[in-house]
Amino acid sequence: KVQVWILSECVSLFQVNVRDALNQAMDEELERDERVFLLGEEVAQYDGAYKVSRGLWKKYGDKRIIDTPITEMGFAGIAVGAAFAGLRPICEFMTWNFSMQAIDQVINSAAKTYYMSAGAQPVPIVFRGPNGSSAGVAAQHSQCFAAWYGHCPGLKVVSPWNSEDARGLLKAAIRDDNPVVFLENELMYGVPFDLSEDVLQKDFVVPIGKAKVERRGTHITLVSHSRCVGFCLDAASVLAKEGVECEVVNLRTIRPLDVDTIEASVMKTGHLVTVEGGWPQYGVGAEICARVMEGPAFNYLDAPAVRVTGVDIPMPYAKILEDHSVPQIKDIIFSVKKVLNM
Amino acid sequence: TLLPSPLLIMVASSRSYADFTPEKVDLHRLEEGPPLTATLTREEGLKYYRTMQTIRRMELKADQLYKQKIIRGFCHLYDGQEACAVGIEGGITLSDHLITAYRAHGYTLTRGGTVREIMAELTGRRGGIAKGKGGSMHMYTKNFYGGNGIVGAQVPLGAGVALACKYLGNDQLCVSLYGDGAANQGQIFETYNMSSLWKLPIIFICENNQYGMGTSVERSSASTEYYKRGDYIPGLRVDGMDVLCVREATKFAADHCRSGKGPILMELQTYRYHGHSMSDPGVSYRTREEIQEVRSKSDPISMLKDRMLSNNMASIEELKEIDIAVRKEIEDAAQFATTDPEPPLDDLCSHIFANDQPFEVRGATPWTKLTSTS
Repeated sequence: KVQVWILSECVSLFQVNVRDALNQAMDEELERDERVFLLGEEVAQYDGAYKVSRGLWKKYGDKRIIDTPITEMGFAGIAVGAAFAGLRPICEFMTWNFSMQAIDQVINSAAKTYYMSAGAQPVPIVFRGPNGSSAGVAAQHSQCFAAWYGHCPGLKVVSPWNSEDARGLLKAAIRDDNPVVFLENELMYGVPFDLSEDVLQKDFVVPIGKAKVERRGTHITLVSHSRCVGFCLDAASVLAKEGVECEVVNLRTIRPLDVDTIEASVMKTGHLVTVEGGWPQYGVGAEICARVMEGPAFNYLDAPAVRVTGVDIPMPYAKILEDHSVPQIKDIIFSVKKVLNM
Repeated sequence: TLLPSPLLIMVASSRSYADFTPEKVDLHRLEEGPPLTATLTREEGLKYYRTMQTIRRMELKADQLYKQKIIRGFCHLYDGQEACAVGIEGGITLSDHLITAYRAHGYTLTRGGTVREIMAELTGRRGGIAKGKGGSMHMYTKNFYGGNGIVGAQVPLGAGVALACKYLGNDQLCVSLYGDGAANQGQIFETYNMSSLWKLPIIFICENNQYGMGTSVERSSASTEYYKRGDYIPGLRVDGMDVLCVREATKFAADHCRSGKGPILMELQTYRYHGHSMSDPGVSYRTREEIQEVRSKSDPISMLKDRMLSNNMASIEELKEIDIAVRKEIEDAAQFATTDPEPPLDDLCSHIFANDQPFEVRGATPWTKLTSTS
């Protein structure tokens, strides 16, 4: 805990890493509503493959924290069925790569049911787990699924960056009566952030569907989600020394996309660069650019909007190759300067 | 254990029929099965008769409307299998839960839907049970979770419903149905495993109608003994054309579940008269003679009718009156289904999310802004 003086007012800040923020959010929601339960591989007795559910089994027991066999299609279906019948499951995929085994249950059983039943059957479920690239886990364990799930009506898709995002969005997701795809990031789990007392209140939620401007700027808009938000802020610090002030927008939610916040920013700065870890084709950045083209912000653009993305290849293993497969801070800086014609 | 004696009803004879549906109960990992005798009251008989006849006539009317292009898309008809839906419902209550695949019109009815709203859903009208948003494969009622289009997906869903029953401690169970075609799905075996590990109150029911679309069971399954496919899960196989066999087996299975013993698997040997769907004439992979033989020797409605008549439980006139009443109900429903207006365009984007503020939905062009309401 740290005490900080802000404008002659003493504010208590607590250092909480993303993992603990997720853990506390789940703990509080499990306590708040008896219908909430968690299932997935190693979530109970192992304390979670990435320790996100540490301590929960000890506190809540077998009934509410359930270890599953390695059968994603089956247990995702079971989770959706439990949601049909009135419970509020949190279904963990050890990583989102494994969700491909169960994607039919996420899309066809969860996302579409409220619509197909004309409102008779809501599906209050959260699917969560680490998404996107990690470190040295190679091609089959490094894919970003934001674009895949963000494509589908009937789903809400969120992608938190920091601890405040993680805590607030997970609470919002669990309290939401609809299927939410919750994309975490393994490399962010151990990163600490300062949280104020307000954020640590039990009813603190971050609304789904609202982006946050993390840094105000006037020359160019950087739009990003998840870990890349941090890279954008780092790039912005470097660029500030050269007199370029970047506005950094943290999407927080992939679907529904907060087009209003993006457009307002672009109309102010006249320049746009999107930054994501996923592949370029048919991706999140592609969608943002298309929306900006189709809306009022287009007329304010002084240059074409561009995307900074993961390299369009399966993820290699060797460190030097992996480092060059993901967007780096220098790529963001390079793109900003190109767009600003510097 | 093979039990050669057929299920008998209390009062005198049962009609013998083709070898196609043997009159016996096959057991797997069970010391004993359902009782060898069952009592059918007149009231029950008349109710089962009426419900099966309603399903039969409703499906035949759907066939007619489909050929007139008033029903479109997929339409998988249930005629021939009526004893399954009716018998199962006879063994559970409406506070229990049930989920099935796409051949679902019969279950929508037995689970509380009306013929009117089922037919209007098939014709895509606003009075349909899903307001025209779902169609043939996506009909829902209380404690009935459809109607599912993806083969096999409904089975884990059913186990999830069963998990909720156990979690909430309400002594309810879930019946999870699938066909012989779906029986080889991996997710079903995943569900067998988790249901057994966690002792979920689920009755797995395989409606074996001998064909998965155009593929006979011999061509799709290395083992066609579907009641044994649950391996460590106790199973039984009964004649799915006999509504009493189905009912007694279901009661037995329900007792097993409610006593906390975990899952049980039932195979119902049944038959569909129609092809897989309305686009399948159903005669390229089986002979007309086979269909005709089942119709003449094992029809579920005829069997029940003969039983009731030969035991003086009802008169021919009474049953004829029921037929007439059913015919009228179907005609009225078809009339409604063909005259009710289609859903309003406002409904296009509604029901995306539950309990949400209205939000904007992109239409086909960037200038088409539509609104979604819960």
